[in-house]
Amino acid sequence: MKEIQAKEIIETVKDLCIKANYELSDDVLYLLNEALKKERSGNAREVIRELISNADIAKKVRYPICQDTGLALVFIELGQDVKIIGGDLTEAVNEGVSRGYKEGYLRKSVVHDPFLRKNTNDNTPALIHTEIVPGDRIKITFMAKGGGCENVGAYKMFKPGASREEIEEFVVDTVKAAGPNPCPPIIVGIGIGGNQENSALLAKKALLREAGKLNSNKETHKMEKELLAKINDLGIGPEGLGGTVTALAVHIETSPCHIASLPVTVSIDCHAHRVKEAVI
Amino acid sequence: MLKKITTPLTDKVIKSLTVGDEVLISGTLYTARDAAHKRLLFESKKPPLDLKDQIIYYCGPTPAMPGRPVGSAGPTTSSRMDHFTEPLLKAGLKGMIGKGPRSKEIRDLMRKHKAVYFVATGGAGALLARHIKSSKVVAYADLGPEAIHEFEVLDFPVIVANDIKGRDIFEEGIKKYRRKSK
Repeated sequence: MKEIQAKEIIETVKDLCIKANYELSDDVLYLLNEALKKERSGNAREVIRELISNADIAKKVRYPICQDTGLALVFIELGQDVKIIGGDLTEAVNEGVSRGYKEGYLRKSVVHDPFLRKNTNDNTPALIHTEIVPGDRIKITFMAKGGGCENVGAYKMFKPGASREEIEEFVVDTVKAAGPNPCPPIIVGIGIGGNQENSALLAKKALLREAGKLNSNKETHKMEKELLAKINDLGIGPEGLGGTVTALAVHIETSPCHIASLPVTVSIDCHAHRVKEAVI
Repeated sequence: MLKKITTPLTDKVIKSLTVGDEVLISGTLYTARDAAHKRLLFESKKPPLDLKDQIIYYCGPTPAMPGRPVGSAGPTTSSRMDHFTEPLLKAGLKGMIGKGPRSKEIRDLMRKHKAVYFVATGGAGALLARHIKSSKVVAYADLGPEAIHEFEVLDFPVIVANDIKGRDIFEEGIKKYRRKSK
């Protein structure tokens, strides 16, 4: 067994919260620069230029990229040969989020109850998804998920005989209904298969992939390309002002499922796509 | 066309604004999001501030680092405020800044009450914060980021999304760039 101190997890999560919110990753910056070349609308190009400049100010002058510093999503791959000492995993992650959001001057956007809605004042609890994997390491992936884009996701259970075209139509309709609200140009995560809750988790995991990287399965990556073209044909454009770049990327993950089911979840992320990972 | 305007907004300025105009605002903006709107309309016996001829900015900033007036401060989704907006327009509110489209009902009310809706770039909170020169909480401090802040801004960049002629930047823009998929 390899021993890992809980305080090391706290520090790692804290650093990820801050880094994700201040430093837009190179993959997203690359896609924004590509979008600037492809975009035909003048207003929309101005928006993209602002976003590139915003990322530069955020990193160099130290302001969070966006004021919605998100709900803290924490995906953990815990090696089965790891023993955590000096605390427990869930508490350590929440302590890391609490410190990261305080020390990083990040906005606290979590309320304690869906109806009573009192701010918890430290952005906890984080949403933690833990998987036990072989090995003696802990991989932590952090995502700051904004509210505007989270609010426009969708789920649908298809009949097992549904065609790819029917599923594509559902995805395109979801993006169309979302319109300007999720801060396009967006990244679209799609989970196909599993069951109800598993397809939702797959859609989120699809968002964690390096932005713009295609699925390794040939059929799936063909669908990603087709969907990207169809979504960009919607004309929504950056911030919904009209334009030719509505999405920067479409990521699909698939999973085995029941003979009676074909669940699909669409999860949308804004252009302030904030994902960072670390391995302990 | 780039226009520079100052607050409070006059009818003359409002009349001069057209959908798509890039505008730099200087003066005062009041922030309010969902929770502050709810209190303004349903819970406060007497409104804590006079919004006549003023602009509301749908924004909940991040905390300011020491020595700075404000943290990251971009717009939130405006449509969530649609069902709170009519009484404010009746009370003389003249401008709103947010992101995303407004309902048809609110667009009609803006025409009737001679008010405009601007969009600031969503997710550009760092860039926008640089145009905010001072900030103080003027109501509902217990709401934290959702409290009403008074921002003094200089050349704050926005685009006119709805003017008093009833035009809408989203409808027009999206229609122009929509293509039939192969």
